[in-house]
Amino acid sequence: MEARALPVRRSSWLSGILPLILLGGAILLFVGLDAPGLERRGIPIEDVAVERTTLRPGVIELRLRNDGPDPVRIEQVVVNDRFTNFSQTHQTVGRLGSDKLTIIHPWVEGEAYEIAMVTATGGTIGAEVPVATESPQADAGFFGLMALIGLYVGVIPVAIGMLWLPWIRQIDPRWIQFVLALTVGLLAFLAIDAVLEGLEFAGEGAKVFGGQGLVFMGGVVSYLLLAGVDAWVRSRGAKNRASGVSGMRVALLIALGIGMHNLGEGLAIGSSYAIGALALGATLVVGFALHNTTEGLAVVAPIARDTPPLRRLIGLGVLAGAPAVVGAWIGASAFDTSLAAFLFGLGAGAIAQVIVQLAPSIRDRNGSVLNPLTTGGLLTGLALMYVTALAIPV
Amino acid sequence: MLTNGRGPAPAAAADYEHGAHRLVTRGTGHLGMVGRVDPAVNGFDPREVVRDFDWGKARRTAAGRTVREWELVAEDKEIEIAPGIKYAAYTYNGRVPGPTLRAHEGELLRIRFVNRGAHPHTIHFHGIHTSGNDGVPGVGQGNVGVGGETTYHFEAAPFGLHLYHCHSSPLADHITKGLYGAFIIDPKQGRPHADELVLVQNGFDTNFDRSNEVYAVNTVAFAYLNDPIKVKHGELVRIYLVNALEFDLVNSFHIHGNFFELFPIGTSLEPTEYTDTVVQGQGRRDVLELRFPHTGTYMFHAHVSEFAELGWMGFFEVV
Repeated sequence: MEARALPVRRSSWLSGILPLILLGGAILLFVGLDAPGLERRGIPIEDVAVERTTLRPGVIELRLRNDGPDPVRIEQVVVNDRFTNFSQTHQTVGRLGSDKLTIIHPWVEGEAYEIAMVTATGGTIGAEVPVATESPQADAGFFGLMALIGLYVGVIPVAIGMLWLPWIRQIDPRWIQFVLALTVGLLAFLAIDAVLEGLEFAGEGAKVFGGQGLVFMGGVVSYLLLAGVDAWVRSRGAKNRASGVSGMRVALLIALGIGMHNLGEGLAIGSSYAIGALALGATLVVGFALHNTTEGLAVVAPIARDTPPLRRLIGLGVLAGAPAVVGAWIGASAFDTSLAAFLFGLGAGAIAQVIVQLAPSIRDRNGSVLNPLTTGGLLTGLALMYVTALAIPV
Repeated sequence: MLTNGRGPAPAAAADYEHGAHRLVTRGTGHLGMVGRVDPAVNGFDPREVVRDFDWGKARRTAAGRTVREWELVAEDKEIEIAPGIKYAAYTYNGRVPGPTLRAHEGELLRIRFVNRGAHPHTIHFHGIHTSGNDGVPGVGQGNVGVGGETTYHFEAAPFGLHLYHCHSSPLADHITKGLYGAFIIDPKQGRPHADELVLVQNGFDTNFDRSNEVYAVNTVAFAYLNDPIKVKHGELVRIYLVNALEFDLVNSFHIHGNFFELFPIGTSLEPTEYTDTVVQGQGRRDVLELRFPHTGTYMFHAHVSEFAELGWMGFFEVV
């Protein structure tokens, strides 16, 4: 049996690899014949994205990414119609490559600067400093500040929102369904918000890593990952757990989804602050606090009938809120538009997964999801998020 | 860190470090550009162009008149207009600006023009001549096609500082790419002996947005900031100033620490103005005469400050 099975296996391997071999052969033939189209004609395409702008007294630093197909060689830099002195890490930047320009210019607080990088071919790559202000130094104090902001916009509001748990335990069970529907409404708003923010970031920076496609890739990836993890947890749970666990499971997924969304939100706050585009005022904190408190309600809604231990509740709160801190750190120190787009996509996908998980629990006796009570809850959830979002001055 | 070959770039940033010893610094001066243009790359050197006058080949006719002959060849050539920045130029005789042609009033001039460029070109001379020798498409010889040639002939008149340039369409493109040069007709009696300089103000639209990215005199940005023009203390200096700039309507010349006599278009031997700044529209020329009463380093630049800091700045070094 063994002896007969072996040749079959070998031929099946071969049939699997054969198309790849043929493809390789075809490419070699194409290259060997020096076929047309390999060498692009015309002047080079110079497509460079500015990934990060940092201002120090007398200095503007730009981190660039070659977004196009051809190498780019930056020869001179013009700031507001003046050739200026500069140094750079890589004079020739290949495809996907990056370069850091240190431009000497006596910039003035609050003024706008138009920068043109002149390449060897005479082409110009534009960059803008809409409002010049010194970039924060990434020291311990700065990371501490970012942590504090993360706490205020993430952890604390979520924790406060979770204090609605005793209240939803007391209300009429019919209204639990309303609260769950409201939760779905909140989540739907967050998912839409995450996609839009992701697309906005994707539209700003380098496109070479996928641009707006990254948002949707992120969404699909996190949706599938969460669905897989959920199926795995469920298959294990079915063996040795009694009913009542499913509420906790859904709460965990919601916390995870909201956590991923807050990671993105932290990222946006951190990066805006780092480039000086954000005023860290009371309004920002109050706005986020109002907005994100509703997220706490979403986390506890599925466990209204459970009695989980306190540490588990704290765990849920941290999972949902703490990523805002991490996001703020990343955003302020290693911000990248492609990464931000992907992370927002992850958040949106995770939330979509959670909505799918929650849907069965808002079904009425007839099995329909959309009834007067739940649609009321959904719309209330959306409205609540919309109104509280208006309080955020970003 | 690469610094493109120039001194320590962060020096200017150091001006922002507080401390008594730093309150007055020379920093890196006005020069913002990094690197130098090697004249060998272009085949012409602004240091030489400034005093290079092409008298052509002169011969006497039986009737005793002087005939002066030149050959100008149009050819496409990549030139370096600022350190590292290449520009696909059209040139007369491989240089931008084209040779400074010079003759005496009343001489007979013959300019053989050969087109080795990839597009039709002409030479249109400013001056008094017949329509057939005007170098305008559709008139007389009209456009000289690719590989073609023609000869323009006319009498040198009137005396003054003129211009020659290509007149093929699109006009602004053919001129801005480099097909222009100074054309000097000396008065019969001549001008007083002087150290003579030719400064052709020009600019380059490197990214084809119908505006100039780089400005200069005699093509290479900041050329005379790197290598000041040396002149002698007390000696008469005559500047033939030509504005060949396209896209910008106005250009200007301003000198530091001195004033000059202005002879508009050089068509009169009497100056009209004693000034330190002259404004020139497109195609404008002026002859300037001055003496430097002090030794030292004196700036000259476009008083359109934007052009100055985009390459049109230089120094006179008075010794």
